[in-house]
Amino acid sequence: MPTALFGSIEAGFIYALMALGVYLSFRILDFPDLTVDGSFVTGGAVAAVLIVGGTDPFLATIAALFSGFAAGCVTGLLHTKGKINPLLSGILMMIALYSINLRIMGKANVPLLAEETIITKLTAFWKSLGLDEMLSFLGFVPKTWGILIFMLILSFAVKLIIDRFLKTEIGLAIRATGNNETMIRSFSADTDILKIIGLGISNGLVALSGALVAQYNGFSDVGMGIGMIVIGLASVIIGEAIFGAKTIVRATFAVIGGAVLYRIIVTLALRVEFLETGDMKLITAFIVVCALIVPKIIEKQREKQRKKRRLANFSQKAYESGEQLAAVKTDS
Amino acid sequence: MLQLKQIHKVFNEGTPDEKIALKEMTLHLKPGDFMTVIGSNGAGKSTLMNLISGKMTPDLGHVIIDGNDVTAVKEHKRSKLIGRVFQDPMAGTAPAMTIEENLAIAYARPASRGLKKGVTKSRRDFFKEKLETLHLGLENRLQAKVGLLSGGERQALSLLMATFTEPKILLLDEHTAALDPSRAELITKLTKEIVESYKLTTLMVTHNMQQALDLGNRLIMMDKGQLIFEANEEQKQHLTVEKLLAEFQRIRGEKMISDKAVLI
Repeated sequence: MPTALFGSIEAGFIYALMALGVYLSFRILDFPDLTVDGSFVTGGAVAAVLIVGGTDPFLATIAALFSGFAAGCVTGLLHTKGKINPLLSGILMMIALYSINLRIMGKANVPLLAEETIITKLTAFWKSLGLDEMLSFLGFVPKTWGILIFMLILSFAVKLIIDRFLKTEIGLAIRATGNNETMIRSFSADTDILKIIGLGISNGLVALSGALVAQYNGFSDVGMGIGMIVIGLASVIIGEAIFGAKTIVRATFAVIGGAVLYRIIVTLALRVEFLETGDMKLITAFIVVCALIVPKIIEKQREKQRKKRRLANFSQKAYESGEQLAAVKTDS
Repeated sequence: MLQLKQIHKVFNEGTPDEKIALKEMTLHLKPGDFMTVIGSNGAGKSTLMNLISGKMTPDLGHVIIDGNDVTAVKEHKRSKLIGRVFQDPMAGTAPAMTIEENLAIAYARPASRGLKKGVTKSRRDFFKEKLETLHLGLENRLQAKVGLLSGGERQALSLLMATFTEPKILLLDEHTAALDPSRAELITKLTKEIVESYKLTTLMVTHNMQQALDLGNRLIMMDKGQLIFEANEEQKQHLTVEKLLAEFQRIRGEKMISDKAVLI
């Protein structure tokens, strides 16, 4: 059990990068971008093929990031220059990427188990530091702490870069594009370019996540992106519901938290007797529905309580003043 | 500063819904001119604004700003030169962003945007100083989301954002029409102060004749896509709402007769 949980936290931080990408398109640009299902695999495919071809895994991962950036830009072009509805341009790109991903990989599945990847390199590096022994006092010894710590640092580094970027002049303009397009156009911003850049960055992060997941799992598969957008949304929505999203800094933190929580919930859910691995998508859908509905129910309940209290206060006061009135009357 | 030459604009050309929005529209605003535009619904006032801002392109004619023909220049590029305040108080600001972030967006308008920080300390001081001129206490709420402000406050902020970078042209599109009378009066007063202090070349559309007379040094009246009446600086000083209404009636009356004549 602890090993499974540990693994889910590790994976959670890798998927957090994808969730941050989804946050950028879905929340910042207000653009429900389904490209994610395709660009996630593109990232995995590019990294896998390059690694198998002998490229340094770090370089291969960076190449994957750029491939995702390109895919996102194309979606942006379809929407802005081609005037295609956001959902449709995402779907079109997703379906196109399926074939492109197959072409990149040449087959449906590229195994990486025998290759040197970021994961194996990190594990080796971590071992040379000998920190696992130092951490053994915790009473729990996983295979390595290295991957968890690296992924934690990476996801928070990306979070900080996003936070900073969204405060720059271009970043502010991108946020305004998702918030009030008429307004930002009257302030000399080219919303087309801003959307294309925003979607590019978003899908770049998704592809980076895909590249790391492929290396983490030891293979890249053409079907590994199915439902990825929903997982991303689940992370964003769960995170925002639990950690809050008042400011950008808070919201990006919440997204990482949401991604990790999502993995933990799924791992715990799969422990339940009658649930199978194949039920995962159903569980995901269920989690998203809960995360969307539960906060509303809680809010309504609170509102009711508040009203009840106010009403009680009010009638109490009315009763008291009535009593006073009665007292005055008997006096006279 | 702003010149419109022989502008024509037709909507739904060649269909039964064809509508001539503007016909041979020619205007010339000198630097510092503040022109108010009145006219009934469908007179072409909004089309006029949209053609100047670049939201629409004319079928014929030229738009010239500061000596440059900008007829073919795209809206976002043209808006480096043009400040705009819309009728809807929600339209001119980004509600999910803070007051200072909105101001930073406006601040970046004349230049091109880069990876510099949007809100720096020196800019924040500058924003504070500018917000103080509104006398609404917004300078103490820099970190507040704009969505939390009232309609009047948002419109005052929009006005400030449109003007504090001193654009070549300021376009006000019935910017007080959606506010209650006291707020409308406040925005009118602020408009007057701001336009005077920056000496902005301004074009203001309004439905309120009194406002059209109180503000600005020139006035035009439009009807059915045409300029039907124009008052220069001297004439405008002697105009009253009654005279304006009489003028409107006279011109429209004449037009109606001429329409009837065609029917006979």
